[in-house]
Amino acid sequence: MRLLWLLIRRDLRLAWASGGMWLPVAFLLLVASLFPFAVGPDAALLARTGGGMLWIAALLASLLPVDRLVAPDVQAGVLDQLAARGIGEEWIVLARLLAHWIGFGPPLMLATVPAATLLKLDAAAMARLELGLLIGTPALAALGLLVATLTAGLRSSGALAGLLALPLAVPLLIFGAGTMSDGSGAAFKFLAAASLLLVAITPFAGGAALRAGRD
Amino acid sequence: MTGAALRLDDVACVRGGRMLFRGVSLSLTSGGGAMLTGANGAGKSSLLRLCAGLLPAFSGSVVRSGGVALCDEKLALDNEAPLHRALSFWAAIDRADAAQVDAAMDAMALTPLAEVPVRMLSTGQRKRAMLARIIASGAAIWLLDEPGNGLDTVSLDLLGQAVGRHLSAGGIVVAASHQPLPIVAPVTIHLPDHQADAA
Repeated sequence: MRLLWLLIRRDLRLAWASGGMWLPVAFLLLVASLFPFAVGPDAALLARTGGGMLWIAALLASLLPVDRLVAPDVQAGVLDQLAARGIGEEWIVLARLLAHWIGFGPPLMLATVPAATLLKLDAAAMARLELGLLIGTPALAALGLLVATLTAGLRSSGALAGLLALPLAVPLLIFGAGTMSDGSGAAFKFLAAASLLLVAITPFAGGAALRAGRD
Repeated sequence: MTGAALRLDDVACVRGGRMLFRGVSLSLTSGGGAMLTGANGAGKSSLLRLCAGLLPAFSGSVVRSGGVALCDEKLALDNEAPLHRALSFWAAIDRADAAQVDAAMDAMALTPLAEVPVRMLSTGQRKRAMLARIIASGAAIWLLDEPGNGLDTVSLDLLGQAVGRHLSAGGIVVAASHQPLPIVAPVTIHLPDHQADAA
């Protein structure tokens, strides 16, 4: 627990100091402000498509920090040092997942408020969107981190990260966007299941990827 | 640190499909030191990583008792952080107290640089910072990869003293270097003698 806290504190401090936390927020707001230019100012159309559009934006925003999540620490030898101390890679990835979500999820959810207003979503739709993001952003963070561990040792990992992550993100997108039009709550449950799965496998899969990438 | 031990038994190492060395055996107990020598590419760094448990041995066994501190070519300190805070992160991970960090910085003559960001340090200062990280860790087994690189004569002397103190406190030191170091090590492993094609 103490170790987890130390690792999370370091990750948060680095994320804050590098300013990389604001990249996904800026991206989401940019997409939300450009979208009406592209489809026109029809309020009804914007309200109908805006929720799905913001889900796509959130998904793509989660890919932006991928190249600075793990690779710098591999290059600097931080992960070697942790491993030499007998600290399991699973713990390292779990700590990073928590820290990454804290720096990614809540800021994105805050940015969604002005973004949803730009897209003429009403209060009920905005509430559904925020709840969906609360369930879905841990999975987006997990997916980004998982891909980051897999591509940590590679050059030009950015493009590969997109190719690896997007197919796995399809269930999140389907159920996430589904929550916008669904009254029964089934989409929320499927979204939560998909999210839970990704969050649960990431420490193990990411830990294995880090071990395999060590040379 | 008494009770620390490092034991390699007939270890072989394969990297990228090539056998770097084989038949390396080493047994160190409290207060023991060893030097690894050999040209570039002989496998010195690989043997140290093997000792640290970062590489699996192709054959043979590696047994450690006691914590390991590895000093390789990677600094592993946060670039933007002041030196003292960067070192304190590892001290916290190692459950070392603040006094140990101060003592380690003092031992490597880094105290005046405590508030300087790590990215501003020169090559020699970075190496000293790395060595301070090793000293502050309180680990029993020090694995030093080319610890003398980039150090001036005064700093080399500080390194020799630090290693001497660690050995007399019951620690273990394995140092790899292609240049002579002011380190007293009764055991020397010349890795080219252990190459696959050597008799």
